[in-house]
Amino acid sequence: MAGGDTEIGGRDDRFPSTRMSAVREAASGDEACRQRAIGTLIAAYWKPAYKYVRLRWKADNEQAKDLVQGFFAGALGRATFARYDAGKGSFRTFLRHCLDDHVRDQRDAQRAGKRGGGAAVLSLDFAGAEAELAHLEPRDREDLDACFQREWVRQVFALAVDALRDLCAAQGKQGHFELFRRYDLEPDPGAPPSYAALAAAAGLPVTQVTNHLAWARREFRRLVLDRLRELTGSEAEFREEARALLGITFEEPRP
Amino acid sequence: MSGAWLSDAAIARLRLAAELPELGSSRYEVRALLGRGGMGSVYLAHDTGLGRDVAIKVLHDPAPGSALLARLQREARLLARLEHPGIVPIHDLLHLPDGRVAYVMQHVQGARLDQHLAGERGLEARLRVFLKLCESVAFAHDRGVVHRDLKPENVMLGRFGEVLVLDFGVAHAAGEPLERAGTVVGTQRYMAPEQARGEVERIDARSDVHALGRILAGMLAGAEPPANRPLRAIAAKASADDPAARYPSAAALRSDLEAFLSGRPVSALPETPLDRLARLYRRHRVAVWLVAAYLAMRGAVLLTTGR
Ligand SMILES: Nc1ncnc2c1ncn2[C@@H]1O[C@H](COP(=O)(O)OP(=O)(O)O)[C@@H](O)[C@H]1O
Ligand SMILES: [Mg+2]
Repeated sequence: MAGGDTEIGGRDDRFPSTRMSAVREAASGDEACRQRAIGTLIAAYWKPAYKYVRLRWKADNEQAKDLVQGFFAGALGRATFARYDAGKGSFRTFLRHCLDDHVRDQRDAQRAGKRGGGAAVLSLDFAGAEAELAHLEPRDREDLDACFQREWVRQVFALAVDALRDLCAAQGKQGHFELFRRYDLEPDPGAPPSYAALAAAAGLPVTQVTNHLAWARREFRRLVLDRLRELTGSEAEFREEARALLGITFEEPRP
Repeated sequence: MSGAWLSDAAIARLRLAAELPELGSSRYEVRALLGRGGMGSVYLAHDTGLGRDVAIKVLHDPAPGSALLARLQREARLLARLEHPGIVPIHDLLHLPDGRVAYVMQHVQGARLDQHLAGERGLEARLRVFLKLCESVAFAHDRGVVHRDLKPENVMLGRFGEVLVLDFGVAHAAGEPLERAGTVVGTQRYMAPEQARGEVERIDARSDVHALGRILAGMLAGAEPPANRPLRAIAAKASADDPAARYPSAAALRSDLEAFLSGRPVSALPETPLDRLARLYRRHRVAVWLVAAYLAMRGAVLLTTGR
């Protein structure tokens, strides 16, 4: 623990989650399991990977698209995941290094006159990712490691928002999602609404608004943690990410 | 596969939303995160009943029946017992729907001591802040409470220049059971050797004196004008490794500093004739400074209030 933090003895407790680590499943498991796990990883990583290849490797959008397709469709084999050692660093950093290797190999092959392997085509919204590049700040272009991490966080949150929207739709709780959207996701920048204003607009008592918002936030938090559980390779990495993303620390056991 | 792009601001809000404690149908509306420490997060909230802002401290993670839960409850009771202008006033204790306990306190509209020091280099001004801090700590000691985690992050300066001690999260009150021997309580950079060794039964008011000495040393560093020998000796005596070599109490530390400020010899430093000469010269200067400061203050009062 850093020298500036209060100590109260050791800490060790598991955060409950039903999700499995896709990182570990991609390395072993039966083929169906493996494919599902890789799908999970692609969903979280393709956008950061695309932006990263555009910036770090100065690839144009067609090149970047091919490189990212090739990487996720072909290069992410069982052997790649087997090489990942959770003790040595985060999966995110490992994946970024694999991506660098892949780009280097492809460029070498190109220079030698070989064509890159005809990778299966994934249906990813590359045009959308290209448009998002415009949102990057100058600092993102300077520190590409940090940029890759930030884009990853952005994607994890976006996936959790999608999952919350789906969950609300499935449970007939569109009203809950609407409150969450108006208060937490896209509040009016000039005048964020008060609970009372939201209640008046929705024709609900204020206590309902607070209950619904609390439910949506709790579910959102769980959905983010579920995704982190899937996207990390070890308990330690999961905790590290949970702390970084949601400020969650874990409980000490009773001395 | 994924929806709209999320801006950095949206992510910051979502992060906060995922963390926000649920206060159910209480009269408090949580608005923002004020700060975070090792145990909990402190939020700015609005008390809709009284129409004022408050600060609410909540544990990091819901864990029903956990040790931290009891600790926060204890902290709240301790704070309630320590009613003093230099200790943050507590208003309420809450039981959250998710099983957590939280307490409501005054929202201190000011800077943490570490932030304040970044903008205040003046030695005299820094020492005046430190004297108030000693006074609050001495009061807690008087009531049998040892803070055990004094550090600039746990001290705030209010709008009116008041100095408030916060975070009695790991404090110990006389008569309460102690942690198991070997448990390290406190913050490495400020903790006394007996604390770092986990000698919980040896921790007493002098352990807080040690932390105060460390804080004082930090306040002397970078001060203008630079701290002289007697001042440095006071900080060194307070943070001596051996508890018996320290000031026996925060009050004793405070009075030695006051002696320094009024140009009297300090107990921390046997005077050489040269020291004495320097002190007498300074004493004279301090008097001039005080008169000037008084006149400046009168002037300011005259200008602003016309009285
Ligand atoms: N009453 C308050 N008003 C304003 N800010 C506060 C208040 N209490 C705490 N904070 C901020 O929150 C931070 C963490 O609070 P603290 O009680 O020290 O928690 P911990 O026990 O986790 O260290 C403090 O460093 C300070 O910045
Ligand atoms: Mg603290």
